Amino acid sequence: MKIQVLGSGCPTCKNLYQLTQTAVKELKIDAEVEYSTDISKIIELGVMVSPVMTIDGKVALTGAHTLEKIKEVIKENQK
Amino acid sequence: MDIFYPIQILANSIISTDSYLGSALNFFIYDVIKIGILLIVINYLMAIIRYYLPVEKIRDFLTKRKWYGLDYLLASLFGTITPFCSCSSIPLFVGFLSAGIPLGVTLSFLITSPLINEASIAIFIGLFGLKITLEYIIAGVLIGTFGGFILGKLNLENYIDESLQKIISKPQKYSSEKGENKPFLSLLHHFWQEGFGLTKKILPYVLLGVGLGAIIHGYVPMDFFEKYLKINSWWGVPAATILAVPLYSNAVAVIPIMEVLVSKGVSLGTALAFMMATVGLSLPEALILKKAMKKKLLISFFTVVTIGIITIGYLLNL
Repeated sequence: MKIQVLGSGCPTCKNLYQLTQTAVKELKIDAEVEYSTDISKIIELGVMVSPVMTIDGKVALTGAHTLEKIKEVIKENQK
Repeated sequence: MDIFYPIQILANSIISTDSYLGSALNFFIYDVIKIGILLIVINYLMAIIRYYLPVEKIRDFLTKRKWYGLDYLLASLFGTITPFCSCSSIPLFVGFLSAGIPLGVTLSFLITSPLINEASIAIFIGLFGLKITLEYIIAGVLIGTFGGFILGKLNLENYIDESLQKIISKPQKYSSEKGENKPFLSLLHHFWQEGFGLTKKILPYVLLGVGLGAIIHGYVPMDFFEKYLKINSWWGVPAATILAVPLYSNAVAVIPIMEVLVSKGVSLGTALAFMMATVGLSLPEALILKKAMKKKLLISFFTVVTIGIITIGYLLNL
């Protein structure tokens, strides 16, 4: 599975990226986590909020979230 | 007697107002409880509004038909109900423009969004009451509406960052439909989670703001600002506005301070200009927007907002 965190480089975005990394580690999932500040990618997704987390190219989360919520979403998308 | 009277009784039972310290603490307890309650209620309501009216829908609404100038007002109004994080300002800016929304209308939204949000409304009601809250909302919406309108007339479209211009000119495909319809009862839980989560997140700032306010309230003499600073003379409003620019802060923390300034004799327009400039004219915001705007657009944007805030300050002081 491929997870991407897209943001405009703000603290909230970096925070989401770090939490996502932690979540993947704690869930012991084989996933690649990538961070990008390319705004055009966010726009192409049709989203106007930052940060955005995508799983395999699909929008999974937007905005700031807790570690628990991130884990939950990753697990849901794992199936 | 107001509906918050029971909270005052509670605060009085915890600490008496006999000493300076007691008076400051009493003030602190009362305000924190009152604002806490208002935040929970208003954040809950806003979570509901946002669920049914996400920014993507607002964007579609604004592009669906011709609005003949009404779109500036609408964009400005929508700006008040969206939560604002400067992280989102660029995606919003580009997203609106690439949907074909004019630059001026987009800027109307972008001006009002940080000036007014649900948290600031909750705190305003708590500290100033409904009438002044309404004045505050109208002031913010007017700055956004006219600011965007003026900026729209200045033909600044070429001063958007080049790489973003390319994205904007490409036709976009949208996926604004969220799809699945959840049962209403589970939504209530979702709203509560979102609203309460937001309240928790901003509460530290409220504590900070009210705390600072309480200190000023207890220790700064009543007529300090008028007697020593002559703040209510003609230069008060522009001075307050410019003084606020380097003070980057959350609206949530500035409003309690603003309330104390007013109680110490600073006129409402001057205090409001100070608060709006703190949240609307900040340097970090400028640095983020610089990624999307070339110098001329950025400077025009900030100049127009500054003039707007000063004008509103004067009008409220009349």
